[in-house]
Amino acid sequence: MNQKIHTMESDLVRQSAATLASAIRQGDVTSEQVTAAHLDRIEQVDPSVHAFLYVNREQSLKRAREVDRGIAEGNISSPLAGVPIALKDLLATKGVPTTCGSRILEGWRPPYNATIVERLEAAGVVSLGKTNMDEFAMGSSTEHSGYGPTRNPWDLERIPGGSGGGSAAALASFQAPLAIGTDTGGSIRQPAAVTGTVGVKPTYGGVSRYGIVALASSLDQAGPCARDVMDTALLHSIIAGHDPRDSTSINSPVPDVIQAAQSADVRGMKIGVIKQLQGEGFQRGVLEQFNAALDLLAGLGAEIIEVSCEHFQYALGAYYLILPSEASSNLARFDGMRFGIRRGDDGTNSVEQVMSATREAGFGAEVKRRIMLGTYALSSGYYDAYYGQAQKIRTLIKRDFESAFLHVDALVSPTAPTTAFKIGEKLDDPLAMYLNDIATIPVNLAGNCAMSLPIGLAPEDGLPVGLQIIAPAMADDRLYRVGSALEAALVDQWGGLLIEEVPAL
Amino acid sequence: MTSTAFDHVMTEFEPVIGLETHIELGTHTKMFCGCSTEFGGDPNTHVCPVCLGLPGSMPAVNRTAVESTIRMGLALSCSIAPWSRFARKNYFYPDMPKNYQISQYDEPLCINGFLDVTVITEDGPKVFRVEIERVHMEEDTGKLTHGGGAGRIHGATHSLVDYNRAGIPLIEVVTKPISGTGSLAPEVAKAYVAELRELMRALGVSDVRMEEGSLRCDVNVSLSRPGQSWGTRTETKNVNSLRSVERAVRTEMVRQAERLRNGDRIIQETRHFNEETGNTTSGRSKEQAEDYRYFPEPDLIPVAPSEEWVNELRTTLPEIPSVRRARLQQVWDISDFDMASVVNAGALDLIEQTIDSGVSEQAARKWWMGEFSRIANERGCDLVDLPVQPLDIRQVESLIASGDLTDKLARSVFEGVIAGEGSVAEVISLRELKVVSDDSSLIAAIDQALSDQPDIAEKIKSGKIQASGAIVGAVMKATKGQADAAKVRALLLEQLGVSE
Repeated sequence: MNQKIHTMESDLVRQSAATLASAIRQGDVTSEQVTAAHLDRIEQVDPSVHAFLYVNREQSLKRAREVDRGIAEGNISSPLAGVPIALKDLLATKGVPTTCGSRILEGWRPPYNATIVERLEAAGVVSLGKTNMDEFAMGSSTEHSGYGPTRNPWDLERIPGGSGGGSAAALASFQAPLAIGTDTGGSIRQPAAVTGTVGVKPTYGGVSRYGIVALASSLDQAGPCARDVMDTALLHSIIAGHDPRDSTSINSPVPDVIQAAQSADVRGMKIGVIKQLQGEGFQRGVLEQFNAALDLLAGLGAEIIEVSCEHFQYALGAYYLILPSEASSNLARFDGMRFGIRRGDDGTNSVEQVMSATREAGFGAEVKRRIMLGTYALSSGYYDAYYGQAQKIRTLIKRDFESAFLHVDALVSPTAPTTAFKIGEKLDDPLAMYLNDIATIPVNLAGNCAMSLPIGLAPEDGLPVGLQIIAPAMADDRLYRVGSALEAALVDQWGGLLIEEVPAL
Repeated sequence: MTSTAFDHVMTEFEPVIGLETHIELGTHTKMFCGCSTEFGGDPNTHVCPVCLGLPGSMPAVNRTAVESTIRMGLALSCSIAPWSRFARKNYFYPDMPKNYQISQYDEPLCINGFLDVTVITEDGPKVFRVEIERVHMEEDTGKLTHGGGAGRIHGATHSLVDYNRAGIPLIEVVTKPISGTGSLAPEVAKAYVAELRELMRALGVSDVRMEEGSLRCDVNVSLSRPGQSWGTRTETKNVNSLRSVERAVRTEMVRQAERLRNGDRIIQETRHFNEETGNTTSGRSKEQAEDYRYFPEPDLIPVAPSEEWVNELRTTLPEIPSVRRARLQQVWDISDFDMASVVNAGALDLIEQTIDSGVSEQAARKWWMGEFSRIANERGCDLVDLPVQPLDIRQVESLIASGDLTDKLARSVFEGVIAGEGSVAEVISLRELKVVSDDSSLIAAIDQALSDQPDIAEKIKSGKIQASGAIVGAVMKATKGQADAAKVRALLLEQLGVSE
């Protein structure tokens, strides 16, 4: 962090957020320069990556200058002041287009900011723009965006994961040092895994959901994305904390994630390996890297124990009842009456016909599929068999975690069963697509927290592999403790972060 | 409808009724956001991302609304659930910003209570215990105005939506089926809603302004033959005045009886009430009923009032209206009928306040139930809306006691006050309403009258005292009615040296 920063733009975009913030604080570089460097990078590489749906150069630079002034006058002091960030397009941003990756919201500019956006602004973090995503966060590849797919910087023919593929790809292609994602079933962690970046799904209720367009309210959680564990922790500390506008947000102190990220120490920690999340269905190279990471953790002084979570086999089924049910209700408001597009309003159609035509035209196939699934699952006569049963599974999965955490401090698994697949490869096979989230979904169902961090490249395809660390609710600091220890050991091994291996664009 | 048609129902059938009453709570802010609940603002001015259901917005429960609901539950002798939840009621309609309504479904805040209501019958007052199934919270919808059609959404060329009302906190009070009322069913329904309104007002949780639509009732009615199981019910929606509640029960009983007598079945359906005709018309049948796909609202945590809090709220409960009425009736020493009249006129609080300000019980009742009721009736408003204060009555009453005003003059004073001519003192001076009590000016007026009508004077002198009315009348006329007639008469007789 203390290294003297080079102000050449090509160097600026490769720095960590912590390094940039420190340089800005010390007056070596301005937020305006850092922001401009990233905007230049976006102009240069995003035509081939398509991580962003919206960038407003003038607006970002104006804000950067304000922040520079704020820092100079001592009004803004946060560990990330002046650093730019990319925001997933699911976050309401005042006056700035917010589409959720959907055509139905084309042209909508929210009249208010999400709580996260307010907190970032107060901390002097500068928004670069809004990133691409699967429509309404439904998907694992960003191919379901209404505005075209995002490409994986490691291989432009491959998907960057989803739904937060835009945020992850922006990090991996050095278009932004920080990003915000949201994670309903793995939408932060799986993109992090397949792009060689770091992403954390905080404890449910740890970060305010106010202003984040809801997919499945009981599962959604926004979180930090970055290229290393410390940057992720710094961002986590800024966005986390109680918000009275979100009743489900937890009113207790945020775990000290920054200190945990500095500790890099797993000596004496018991780390559980989830039996059900390895073996069949997992790519060979993914398991190889995973096992190597376990050896590394053991070498660092952690005790590795295998644990069984018997009910995880039902997680995917329960998830695909709860998520569509809540989504079918959450997405009912997109009817063309108050915001977004409107179709069929030619004076002859009834209000129902206009609503129907708008939804027909505005929603993509995956969104319609899940709305139909959810509407069916909540219907009278089916509720108990589907939604009711799924909630019971959810309780059993929670108990699996509880009993596992009686014996271990944290759990680990591969984040995703495979490395990044090819664009178009799974588009016609929804079930294969859903299986991407097999390891991440149980965490959302239980409401605890998890991190994905890069642990190497799969030998067979040379693509990044992610390891998932899972901790109990409100023990987010443990993720950073384990993550920082593992990252430090890997950096020692590689001579730098894995992301530095990403091909030049 | 004739009363005979109704009487005819009772020869063969017994009614079971049930009432679902929605009442707007009197909180300053909405159920799930900080927007004002004030009535009558420009359309869509009391709105924010939450009550507009904008993407990303989230509800946060209004604590005062929960408090009001718990107090209402306690006043209705309900059990307060230690854990209750909101649910989403899903249906598409443009007055619903989110296309779902946040309501309580199978886990309401208050359950199993009762409310005793009194109906005056020919045999005197009769008390019915109405059992309460539940009291729960929900949010109101926006208001639609349909243009270019018959005022309904079908056939309209356009519709306008005002979301000022969207998110106003409502409580819904649901009764258990009420049986055993016989022909008194319509009166019991009305008395129940009136009593509920009194209770809400006494608790201060709502001012229940029915003319602003802050109380709406869904009226369930079924008929059965004695000894047989209950019949199929209909639900008449959105009945929104006391009188309409009574009429809706009555017309629906008559309609159902006619169908049953003709061998037709009652269809389980919702029905609309027509305020003008008093009739109900068919709405949606059970088969067409929407599936609301209720599920627990995941954006809100359960409402779990602690025992401590509930007990604290219990100590804030005022005297229950029925208890208070019984007490006042005893203190004022009036009949059941008079008490019922006072309550029906909405004069209870006003009379009590007037008495508290130092006016005698009799005078207070006389003014409010007499002159003021007449004026309110003429103006088509409630007593409480008349611009006359208990202190005005005290002032006028003391002027009567001191002989400065007569009853007749006092009525004129209030007429002026109500007409907005000013305070009591201002109206007296403006209308020159002081009693003429100066003997010499009265005697001068009497002398003038006697000399104008010498024949009358002779008659009186000859003992025909009843003829004195003509002279008194002339004197009253001369003094513009501001003399005390009895005093004029006494002075006149004294003047003529006649004794009675």
